[in-house]
Amino acid sequence: MALVSAENRGLRLAARYATLTLVALVFMFPLVFMVVSSFKPDQQLLSDTSSLRAFLPVGDISLDNYYAAFRRAPIGLFMLNSVFVTVTTVLLSILLCSLAAFSFVFLEWTGRNVLLTIILATLIIPFETIAVPLLLFVSKLPWLGMEGIAWGWLNTYRVQIIPWIVDALTVFLFVQFFKDLPRELIEAARVEGASWFMIYRKIVMPLSGPVLATAAILKSLKMYNEQYLWPLIVVQDEAHRPVMVGLGYFFQLQIAWGEVMAYLTLISVPVIGFYLLMQRAFISSIASTGVKG
Amino acid sequence: MKLKTATFGVLAASTMLAGAASAQTTLGLWYHGAGNEVESRILNGIIDDFNAAQSDWSVTVESFPQESYNDSVVAAALAGNLPCILDVDGPVMPNWAWAGYMVPLPISEDALAGHLDATIGRWDGQVYSVGLWDAAVSLYARQSTLDELGLRTPTLASPWSGEEFMAALGAAKASGKYDYALDLGMAWTGEWYPYAFSPFLQSFGGDIVDRSTYKSAEGTLNGDAGIAFAEWWQSLFTEGYSPGTSQDPADRDSGFINGKYAFAWNGNWAAAATLDAGVDDVVFLPAPDFGNGSTIGAASWQFGVSSSCSHPEGAAAFVEFALQDKYLAEFSDGIGLIPSTKEAAAMTERYAEGGPLAVYFDLSKEQALVRPVTPGYVVAAKVFEKALADIANGADPADTLDAAVDEIDRDIENNQGYGH
Repeated sequence: MALVSAENRGLRLAARYATLTLVALVFMFPLVFMVVSSFKPDQQLLSDTSSLRAFLPVGDISLDNYYAAFRRAPIGLFMLNSVFVTVTTVLLSILLCSLAAFSFVFLEWTGRNVLLTIILATLIIPFETIAVPLLLFVSKLPWLGMEGIAWGWLNTYRVQIIPWIVDALTVFLFVQFFKDLPRELIEAARVEGASWFMIYRKIVMPLSGPVLATAAILKSLKMYNEQYLWPLIVVQDEAHRPVMVGLGYFFQLQIAWGEVMAYLTLISVPVIGFYLLMQRAFISSIASTGVKG
Repeated sequence: MKLKTATFGVLAASTMLAGAASAQTTLGLWYHGAGNEVESRILNGIIDDFNAAQSDWSVTVESFPQESYNDSVVAAALAGNLPCILDVDGPVMPNWAWAGYMVPLPISEDALAGHLDATIGRWDGQVYSVGLWDAAVSLYARQSTLDELGLRTPTLASPWSGEEFMAALGAAKASGKYDYALDLGMAWTGEWYPYAFSPFLQSFGGDIVDRSTYKSAEGTLNGDAGIAFAEWWQSLFTEGYSPGTSQDPADRDSGFINGKYAFAWNGNWAAAATLDAGVDDVVFLPAPDFGNGSTIGAASWQFGVSSSCSHPEGAAAFVEFALQDKYLAEFSDGIGLIPSTKEAAAMTERYAEGGPLAVYFDLSKEQALVRPVTPGYVVAAKVFEKALADIANGADPADTLDAAVDEIDRDIENNQGYGH
């Protein structure tokens, strides 16, 4: 009887692993296709798409697409721009959104619920609807720099960073997480005479690892992977272009698919690396908040 | 003493040089060719030559990816951030001129003498833009295929009639040698549809809008000729002559070369690649004549002046400089497009008399019909594209064209007739 039970368990385990492996393969196929294709000449890449060879590094394999991709576009510059914009935005976003959430959750002030509702309501407004007014706005804004006051933020990093620092989803994530923190800790700190900022810095933030990871990953994915329309309309010089706008360099009349795949592989490296670094915290946070990206 | 004299000399020389450099007024130029190495190299060469050839103007270029170029220009126009010289796609120019993004190009008609008509962008009676090249489409076929199927080889003077064309497709289909008789390039989207397919509609006797007034598409797009075109169009897919909108882009790129298709409706930009791929007996045939002549689309990228430009005369000087035959020929050899003058064509490898692509110059010269010259074209083109895709996918031809006409007319009305 015990033998049968162990056998059943083994079978169930095998079936589960087989299913999970299959699901993992389905999710990995696009990435494998992208990487493998980046080493193939166009003719072979296209003919392989009708068979499993599309996922295998077989045939005429070389780095030619990578050499050509680097000749076609300043990939390093685009990646540097995207990484700089992403990292700066994420850091400022975590700071400002967590401060805002702290205020909404722990401080007593008139109208906070109304304001929080208004902020959350902005989640339903698609960016496309405010893109043009925002463009007109930023094109007239002043900026105090080393050379005095300049007018207009176009063709700068700041125009790609500042409008994206605070967003409703990140505030919401922090609000939800802070609400679940034990109130007793905060009250004890207040009794001991701690200032609100000290409570934020010494108690709340050190306990917020999972939500910090979630907010950082969601925000960085958005900033790195999805920033297309906004930089397209506010950045006209190549020096400030991010990777997603740079992808357009590869879509000529005759598309060089191998180079496209090489470019996509290269620009995916920072994102995949960042995700691998943060995945444990990310998964635990997703499990606890129920938020999906 | 010698040292002092030398130092003074160097200082004086550098001051003069700086003076000369600063005397040049900088003119920004936006170009659609980011990512195209050859195009960028040639354009940069022209700019360097221009900047060195005179002391008044200094042109600087900023290149954009083609697929997002128009959006970038419109956004910059809204933000008041346009450069002096704009690169503009021919059929889009009237919209930008009407919207106030562009002003007339102060260039003499003499400078334009001998240029293909379609390379000169005219709107409201004035020249707004000039192109260094044109593009053309043709029917790709192998001479061996024509011979094998017993088909007459059509010529510019005597293109296939609609009946001959359909008989050719029928013969190719009946041979059983091809996946499809005709590759229309349905895998390509966007401007390809109105550019490549509206000439068929025009040959049937219809058009996207009524060119006599530009105030409506009623009766022009959905009249008898339009419906006859749409029914013919749908039959290409229902009768299995052509792959539909789900065509694999890879097949579009290489299907004709690999022998999957007997005929392909494609542009001159793909001709060199076809020859290079070893299709030695490829012939580039004129569009079939469905009763109202054989026509092809025309007008490609052109240079014009933005309304933000303080020095239109500087912009015109640059455009005139760039129109030299040697540059037209260089662009043609580099990127395969049709040079805009006969003299430049004679200087090229492919378009010179007897060259493998010489027929394209004649096609452009004889059969080119620019797309409707109206600011409303940018909307009408998208409506037309959707209608053709829907009909190809089985929508009722007459109903679809009626809906398209409603949408085009509504847009014209919403924009107070676009100034017509």
